[in-house]
Amino acid sequence: MKQLLSIFESFGSTLELLVRAGSYVGTLPRQRARFIEQCYLIGYTTLPIVAILSFFIGSVLALQAGYSMQNFGAKQFIGSLVGLSMARELGPVMVAILLAGRVGSAITAELASMKVYQEVDALVTMNIPPARMLVLPRLAAALAMVPVLAIIADLVGWFGGAIVAKYVAFISIEPESYFAVLRRYMVFKDVLNGLIKAESFGFVVVLVCCNIGLNTRGGPREIGAAVTRAVVVSLILILVLDYFITKALM
Amino acid sequence: MPACSPTRNPFTAQETPAVGVAIEGLSKSFGPRLVLDNITLSVEPGEIFVLMGPSGSGKSVLLRHIVGLEAPSAGRVTINRQDATAETTREHVRMAIVFQAGALFNSLSVYDNLALYLREHRVTNEAGIREKVMRALQILSLEGAAEKFPSELSGGMKKRVAIARALVMEPQLMLYDEPTSELDPVMSATISEIIASLKNEYHVTTVVVSHDRDLALNIAERVGILMDGRLIFLGTPDQLRQPEDPQVANFLYPKIDLKNPRYKQLET
Ligand SMILES: Nc1ncnc2c1ncn2[C@@H]1O[C@H](COP(=O)(O)OP(=O)(O)OP(=O)(O)O)[C@@H](O)[C@H]1O
Ligand SMILES: [Mg+2]
Repeated sequence: MKQLLSIFESFGSTLELLVRAGSYVGTLPRQRARFIEQCYLIGYTTLPIVAILSFFIGSVLALQAGYSMQNFGAKQFIGSLVGLSMARELGPVMVAILLAGRVGSAITAELASMKVYQEVDALVTMNIPPARMLVLPRLAAALAMVPVLAIIADLVGWFGGAIVAKYVAFISIEPESYFAVLRRYMVFKDVLNGLIKAESFGFVVVLVCCNIGLNTRGGPREIGAAVTRAVVVSLILILVLDYFITKALM
Repeated sequence: MPACSPTRNPFTAQETPAVGVAIEGLSKSFGPRLVLDNITLSVEPGEIFVLMGPSGSGKSVLLRHIVGLEAPSAGRVTINRQDATAETTREHVRMAIVFQAGALFNSLSVYDNLALYLREHRVTNEAGIREKVMRALQILSLEGAAEKFPSELSGGMKKRVAIARALVMEPQLMLYDEPTSELDPVMSATISEIIASLKNEYHVTTVVVSHDRDLALNIAERVGILMDGRLIFLGTPDQLRQPEDPQVANFLYPKIDLKNPRYKQLET
């Protein structure tokens, strides 16, 4: 009962933070330095790990698909399988999970320590709303960078699949036919659905991590606990949202 | 409370009324623990009010209520008759607080710590900001520290940066939480002078939490003593020179008794 109440409470405070941050959208142009800094942190620094992981996920997908399909003589469809799974599901979810682990945790740690060491109080007394200076640029940067990351994840994953398809002996499909199949069985909507998902996940992850950070009370131990909670809550939300958004977009 | 005695607003050179603070029946508990117990006092516009009291008596919590960072459990705090916790109050009244621990922005250099307020509120252009910031740093002998980060400063330097950061805001209401506790005697005297001259030149309403008897006796117009969340004394510094209340006397002029030390009295 108590836990249920606290879930509703955090839901409410997250929503409130969103509304507050949203009300300052007009200040974004003059906060562009902060926006660019956050784009760098969210986009650029996450890029290598996104690329590495999606490359291997694409490769493994192709490998597993090739292995199980060789008996049916269906292995020429590997391209479409890798293409669709990456674009519709694995790309967005993987980007979101990396974002939670890498960016979300850092956001919560930073904001929680600002809260605990009274920096947030100092901002409030200076009449500089934390939602404006700390939350808005991060949300905007997430909206701007997550689709880019998701597209890169898709492309790299497809490419990883193509390499496996060509060089693994029991598959050996030429890249031309791999990509031809990929294109034939995929429509733009598949990619778009994936991007919508990634965008939603990224936005929710950053918002939730900001809110947990700003609501931290106590000392160093609580900062650590807040980071853990932010990552766990983010991961749960990603998977729950994934189901509902997938259903809604069908 | 009458909004009297106009002050020159240092930002715009316009006349603005000095602000007064009224605390009525304020109580605050954290969980079961009552930290402030039915406090009523008012700080007149342009007054210097010094708040003293033993460690843990609730002084910092009281200051947090004045700037609206803490909501009262009972009673209320108003600034110019506006509720202190309302966001609009901070828009109408410029107030600054020097936190006990400084609360500097750790990711910003000293210069940017001072400049943040001026930039966010677009008070003036970068050249104007530079001038204000460097002047505040100079007043507190911090010119050399402008490019340093808070983690590279000593405790007393952090405190001075916190004071400088509050000064550049050119507040109408200024709250200091133990501004001189980590400073050498000369620097402490400088801080006392700054507090007094801000009042004389700009009618800045000031509340100082301090254990510094010199500061209290020299610059305070009124002094309050908080003990266990209750206001046990409220009066002028002159009344403090020969306090009647033994509790007050014992707090302000404790005898150092080497033959019968306090910690030994506890044991028996
Ligand atoms: N956020 C909080 N949660 C729970 N208790 C608190 C909180 N803030 C302060 N307290 C308690 O309130 C009491 C008064 O604290 P406060 O910081 O106001 O003391 P103080 O008078 O400023 O002392 P000092 O001179 O040592 O700074 C303390 O007993 C403290 O434990
Ligand atoms: Mg204190």
